Amino acid sequence: MSAASWRAAMNSGARAQAAASLPRTVPPRPPVAAATLDTNADAPRWLRWLWARVGARHVFVLLFVLLFPWFASPFFTYQIGAQSLALGIIALSLTFLGGYGGMISLAQMSVAGVAGYMVAIFGASGTAEISLNWPWWLVLPVALLIATLVGTFIGWLSVRTEGIYTIMITLAFGTGLYYLALQNYSVFNGFQGFQQVHPPVLGTLNLRAPMPFFYLTLTVALLAYFAIKYLIRAPFGIALQGIRDNPRRMNALGFNVTAHRVAAYAFAAFIAACGGVLLVWYNGLITPGSVGTGWLINILIIAVLGGMRHPIGPFIGAIVFVVLQNFAIDLIDRERFNLVIGGVFLVIVLFSPDGLLGWWRRWQARLAAVQPAGGVSQRPSSRI
Amino acid sequence: MKRFWPWFWRAVIGVPIIVFAIWALADNARLFVLTLLNSLTLASLYFIVASGFTLVFGLMRNVNLAHGSLYLLGGYVGYWVATSTGYWVLALAAGFAAAALAGLVMQVAIFRFMQGEDLRQTMVTIGLSIVIADLLLWGFGAQVHQMSAPDLLAGPFRELPLIRAYSKYRSMLIPIGAVIGVALWLFLNRTRVGMMIRAGVDDRAMLAASGVNVNLVFAITFAIGAGLAGFGGVIGAVELSIVPGEDSRLLMASLIVVIVGGMGSIVGAAVGAIILGLAETYGLAYAPTYSVVFTFVILVLVLAFRPRGILGDAR
Amino acid sequence: MKAASSSKRMFVRTVIGAAVASAFVWSAHAQTGPVKIGLLATLEGPFAAGGADGMRGAELAVKQRGGTVAGRKIEIIKASSDAKPDVAVNATRKLVEQDKVDIMVGPLSGGEGIAVKEYSKTQPNITFINGSSGAQAATLVNPSPNFFRFNTEGAQWMVGLGKAAMDKGYKRTMIIAEDYAFPYSQVQGFMSEYCRLGGKVPQKAWVPLGGKDYSSVIAKMPKDIDAVLVVLGGADAVNFLNQYEAAGGDKPIMGGSITVSQDILNYKGKKRDSLVGTMSAGPVADAFDGADWKAFVADYQKSYPVSAGGFPSPSLFAYVYYQNMKAALDGLDAVKGDLSGGQAKYREALSKMVLKTPTGDVRLDGNRQAIGTTFVTEVVKDAQGNLFNKVLRKVDNVDQMLGMKKEDFQMGTRDTPACP
Repeated sequence: MSAASWRAAMNSGARAQAAASLPRTVPPRPPVAAATLDTNADAPRWLRWLWARVGARHVFVLLFVLLFPWFASPFFTYQIGAQSLALGIIALSLTFLGGYGGMISLAQMSVAGVAGYMVAIFGASGTAEISLNWPWWLVLPVALLIATLVGTFIGWLSVRTEGIYTIMITLAFGTGLYYLALQNYSVFNGFQGFQQVHPPVLGTLNLRAPMPFFYLTLTVALLAYFAIKYLIRAPFGIALQGIRDNPRRMNALGFNVTAHRVAAYAFAAFIAACGGVLLVWYNGLITPGSVGTGWLINILIIAVLGGMRHPIGPFIGAIVFVVLQNFAIDLIDRERFNLVIGGVFLVIVLFSPDGLLGWWRRWQARLAAVQPAGGVSQRPSSRI
Repeated sequence: MKRFWPWFWRAVIGVPIIVFAIWALADNARLFVLTLLNSLTLASLYFIVASGFTLVFGLMRNVNLAHGSLYLLGGYVGYWVATSTGYWVLALAAGFAAAALAGLVMQVAIFRFMQGEDLRQTMVTIGLSIVIADLLLWGFGAQVHQMSAPDLLAGPFRELPLIRAYSKYRSMLIPIGAVIGVALWLFLNRTRVGMMIRAGVDDRAMLAASGVNVNLVFAITFAIGAGLAGFGGVIGAVELSIVPGEDSRLLMASLIVVIVGGMGSIVGAAVGAIILGLAETYGLAYAPTYSVVFTFVILVLVLAFRPRGILGDAR
Repeated sequence: MKAASSSKRMFVRTVIGAAVASAFVWSAHAQTGPVKIGLLATLEGPFAAGGADGMRGAELAVKQRGGTVAGRKIEIIKASSDAKPDVAVNATRKLVEQDKVDIMVGPLSGGEGIAVKEYSKTQPNITFINGSSGAQAATLVNPSPNFFRFNTEGAQWMVGLGKAAMDKGYKRTMIIAEDYAFPYSQVQGFMSEYCRLGGKVPQKAWVPLGGKDYSSVIAKMPKDIDAVLVVLGGADAVNFLNQYEAAGGDKPIMGGSITVSQDILNYKGKKRDSLVGTMSAGPVADAFDGADWKAFVADYQKSYPVSAGGFPSPSLFAYVYYQNMKAALDGLDAVKGDLSGGQAKYREALSKMVLKTPTGDVRLDGNRQAIGTTFVTEVVKDAQGNLFNKVLRKVDNVDQMLGMKKEDFQMGTRDTPACP
């Protein structure tokens, strides 16, 4: 497949709204903010900056996630809330690579799995013969570093390929890692994997308890979310999106395309590694099944379900996925769970290439068309 | 100096293989020859399934990740026909027809509407494969379906030199694979439709402009490609049995075959199938523990050095 | 982001609804209300057929008691996994924490069993009873005080086969098995006895999971062996037997507990005469002529006729799930349905119980692991052409140490035990 056709594929869904999505990539334009905020001219700059960007829904969502454990049962806090956030972080790394870099990597779950395995190997687990029992503050950086290196290496080899070949080489890496973990007993403990991999207890704070663990994942998720929000407007992110749209031109402009892509892989690997550590703590165990093909595809499903055009997408996708996985059995036979999740996925990719977010946007656009010159249409679409 | 590097790489890859072959022949010639036969017969099955995959990709740039589900569908339908009629040949035809029909429906009802949107098509086929796999599990149950070989091919050839005995059915896979390969080559290179397909591979728009009904060509190609998966399903149902989960295994094998060989090339699929067959069977015979990892190491190496596969064009 | 919030709002409603519902259930949850039992089996992936039959077995145990024990109604809440440990724990957590079950029965496979055992430690007030998981480690390593297993496990299932093989004159046996924990324990169960009696195992071929083409392994089989022990499950067993026959193999075959069990013998296809005579061992034998067993089989056949998806005879999964569910209900009966005080009395009763099963009495050891009966069987063909397992020998009181001293005992791995 030629670079051009791949580019077309990546942007196919966006073609219609190319004009609308363009401003996203441009740094904030002060005149807009200044014009609408004349009355607050004497307020400090950061407050005005906030005012221009934070809408009611942002506050609402933030309050909701912050207060969630206080009105939800421990089960919902842990199994639905924390699991969605951890899976969302891993899918977020894919959204960053795919949505902003144009590279769909199926190996993000493998990178997360490497981080999880490293936590189990260097830290404490039920397999005392292998685990090294290092303190957690030493284990964490080592695990994150190794996983990031592995992810960067995968990226370094994968950037030579394009489009569907990228999907395949990363799938091959992921599957290869699965079989390595399955067959190797001296390091990965084979089929059994590792049990009893738990988050540390800090003084009296047991991070394993539902509420502390929820806030831990929430903190990491927010950090990752805002890091990506920041990065896609920073020069690096702009260049990356330029490379996604036209690598040749960016090359001609003097950008090192390969270096930018590898750097994107490295950053995504770090995010995925953070998610992987949280996920292994969440499960309390890691086995080859946790990095098997099924999960590699599931991460893609989560990212696509939510929508790859905004970093909130993977979290929405993760919530839908986890809720379906837990409660589909109450509606239908669990035997037919795959029919439900496959059907939902199919409907979404068939009718909304941009996932659930795409639906929301279209609905919003229709609303804007109905009320001419309404407030909605004037807002820059960067404030989603 | 220019000629040095190709030879250098050939030596780096070739010498260890030759050394291994000599050692293995001297150590246990029977095992070596049997394994060679086993790899070639397995490669034939992979080639049959993967050639359909590569055909569809070559023309339509459509990575049909539901290809494995079509394999499973062909196997189940073939089993059902074989048990109700008793004719293996009928089962082959029925498996081909059922999968071809399913492929046709997919093309006409879905892919026609998303021409050129590669990524979206890939996503849709992932969704389809999940749904089809579950529908098949629902319809046929989780039990193992094992077709029996036709009486003519049941049991082994005995009294063979060196290897003593070899499965009749398995040895028939090599000629079947070869016939399909040659037939596909003739179809693509000697018939009018084949010419259109090849023209479509090179320039879709130009083909349409010269008055060819491109949608019809696409539909035919998709049906043949899907049909080959179903055909492979019937053949595989005898040797490997049909059971839920086989779809993703064969899909994985097809992917590896066409990626290693180069997407869109029939000869590439043959090369890829042989490499995969050799890696899998020799791995299992000589280094079982990490045999499954080898395949993926080969894949990664090929893609790292030849991002479009061994025979992939540099478009 | 409103898409998120609107989906979340719906979600809040669900949360609140669930909270209200559970509060309501909690208040009605006196010692007279229904007892909720969570039932977890694998209904997706390669074990789907066995998992469905396991569910049938467990339901049969409830049905036999008319759905009530000691005046309390039994309510079954089902969940499924896909044989992956993390999925099994999530499903269990949902049953325990969301659906508020009192007793958990499940899961199906080895890795899942170990994971659920670990989870059970975080829920000390709930009693966990195994489904059909056969991993040695679930009760041997870091046992959990509230995890009970009323079925014997992988190694125990193979006791007796070693002696039967020696009796048949198989002095040298090659082993072909899948490369993970359950076959390791099966092979250990066979070899610990076989080696002790002087048998030799010159070669063990561990086949990676997921392989379907065994031609390479078959090619590697040495000439000077007397028999082959095949510990493969599901489609793999069928593939191996088929390919072995087609390749002209003629050594006698012995099977693991799930190699020639009822769900495999009933695969769709021509029933091969070459299967007849295959020896194997396991916790069930179709043709065991104990009166209780016959009654159990008749009950199963009546409740789940072949036309309704049942097997001609209950599979290993159905029987083991039945056994564990029966233990759960018998224990409940023994304490008159009293689950108060964190179920302490109930667990006490379970530990001391001698469980009457269709294949004989089952007691628990100190790790809450069953000591029970193993059958050595042989495949035979009946007049209708159906294959079933005939009993060669019945071994009672098989314990987890396989007759070894605790300090000599080592869990099975790729390399232990060995007697080349």
